[in-house]
Amino acid sequence: MKLNRRTFIGTTVATLSASMVNAAGHGKPRVVVVGGGAGGATAARYIARDSNGEIDVTLIEPSRAYYTCFFSNLYLGGFREMDSLGHSYGKLAMAGVNVVHDWAVSVDRDAKTVSLAGGGTVGYDKLILSPGIDFVDGAVEGWDLSAQNAMPHAYKAGSQTELLKAQIMAMPEGGTFAMVAPPNPYRCPPGPYERVSMVAHTLKAVNPTAKIIVADPKEKFSKMGLFQEGWADNYAGMVDWIGADFGGGNVSVDPGAMTVTIDGEVTKVDVCNVIPAMKAGRIAELAGVTDGNWAPVNAIDMSTKADPDVYVLGDSSAQGDMPKSGFSANSQAKVCANAVRGALTGSRVFPAKFSNTCWSLIDTDNGVKVGATYEATDEKIASVGSFISATGETAELRKATYEESLGWYDGITADMFG
Amino acid sequence: MTRFYGMMIAGLILIGPAKATATNAELGAEVFKKCAACHQVGPGARTRVGPHLNDLFGRTAGSLEDVRYSKAMTGKGTGGLVWDLETLDAFLHDPKDYVVGTRMSFRGVKSAEDRSHLISYLRLFSDNPRDIPEAMPTAIGTDHDLDPAILALVGDAEYGEYLASECLTCHRADGTDAGIPSITGWQTEAFVIAMHSYKSKKRPHPVMQMMAGRLNDEEIAALAAYFNSLN
Repeated sequence: MKLNRRTFIGTTVATLSASMVNAAGHGKPRVVVVGGGAGGATAARYIARDSNGEIDVTLIEPSRAYYTCFFSNLYLGGFREMDSLGHSYGKLAMAGVNVVHDWAVSVDRDAKTVSLAGGGTVGYDKLILSPGIDFVDGAVEGWDLSAQNAMPHAYKAGSQTELLKAQIMAMPEGGTFAMVAPPNPYRCPPGPYERVSMVAHTLKAVNPTAKIIVADPKEKFSKMGLFQEGWADNYAGMVDWIGADFGGGNVSVDPGAMTVTIDGEVTKVDVCNVIPAMKAGRIAELAGVTDGNWAPVNAIDMSTKADPDVYVLGDSSAQGDMPKSGFSANSQAKVCANAVRGALTGSRVFPAKFSNTCWSLIDTDNGVKVGATYEATDEKIASVGSFISATGETAELRKATYEESLGWYDGITADMFG
Repeated sequence: MTRFYGMMIAGLILIGPAKATATNAELGAEVFKKCAACHQVGPGARTRVGPHLNDLFGRTAGSLEDVRYSKAMTGKGTGGLVWDLETLDAFLHDPKDYVVGTRMSFRGVKSAEDRSHLISYLRLFSDNPRDIPEAMPTAIGTDHDLDPAILALVGDAEYGEYLASECLTCHRADGTDAGIPSITGWQTEAFVIAMHSYKSKKRPHPVMQMMAGRLNDEEIAALAAYFNSLN
């Protein structure tokens, strides 16, 4: 009965919203955005705001409240409350975006429609997909989504993050936290290592004899020198990173027995954070715009190679040199919004410029960052300049970097959600 | 704090005003480099990002007409705040604590000694309580060798609005400045000079050097025009 009732409500909501789009949008160009994160929310907001009612914008996002993946590690470290990471879509609706809380389950590119789980169908002239990531089946031997309670991925923020934190807090004295790190490319390159830092920060306070093991299929990772310096300085002896050279990529897990096997050696662990290999959000694949795990796009406007009226933003896109990050998705969304608006209303289209900066927290008031600027070439989004924090920086600079990241969080979430 | 003022004033008297003032003020000129990105002082000083600081002593807070003060600062002035040795010292120690909501994106001068030198320096440019301006202009942060043609460019504000979307990932359109400075409502010339200073790496911030580094003269002018329009 519960399922039926939910289905019924979903249908009602979706049908209502779809008819509203059609009624209000008679003759107006229609943009449908799937996914209300850093890419999708930004694109929807910018197109609705800048077109002054000339374009109907519908955002399809199942969650009523969006919890940012960025800064969710700081929740694990005790620097943020979960509530502070949650954002509603009310201001987007007030800005003129038709927000539909439903799942997009298929795309008919010939009819130019998106079907919703609730049963409705929404037509589009331009479709923007920004669905984030899903996990590659069978990426970590022994793990699948049915094991995500025993061994959380916590790589989509919210309940998974809270579960992981609860498991960390419940570790026995001197227990072991294991992480299975993902292969490239994946969402938020420094993310797993910031997470190691934040878990270490928490354990140092509540369980100082605990250990952290990281099994990593890579030989090196983002901000490696900065993190390794930080771990040695702040969490000496706690973190054991096992890279590809030492069998870190040869991993299986047993969620029932709570064991991790790294290069043949079985270890009993208390918490196991499995971050599997990633691929584009499922709807990109269903829309038929992916090639392999990701959706190839044109750098000039984020339109897909497969269909000029379908755009893919953020983590799901294969665009070139930009890392998969909320900052990148937000940056791509603005280029895309400008191009889509120009295509539909004839407004001015400006050159594509992209940028990204990733801040990471190593310990209290110890922030580091890496960033780059990018431009569109015929082939890809290409890096044109970059910087990274240096090892051995002063505490004052690290504190300023952390404070800057707090300002950025408020800035980007205001830019996404209004 | 009371003890500190006592020590400072006593020091001035004991060492002898002329020499002590010169020495302290010279040291203060160094400290002022932190302020000079936004403030000018001395002959010909004008309001830039922040108000000029001539005749600061005895000035009511938030009272210059050509400055876009925060409501917090004008409110302080209305409430009777006048800049003098004591109020400046407290403000400069922690601006955001002393005037909650100030637009001055500066964490303050924590060293009491540096503050005393800075205040000694600023006193040179006030008739009240004493000292007539005699030093050279010291707008170090806004010193520039930009071609006047660059400063004269009229920015395309619509292009600026598009380019600004990249800035707004960090800087807030509403002028909030927690952690990251506010860039709304700047005078266009000050904005252009600041961006070119980042581009030429005279200003130190690596993100801003990178962001400014790939903007051409027209794009910087466009951004300046757009952000000037936000208040």
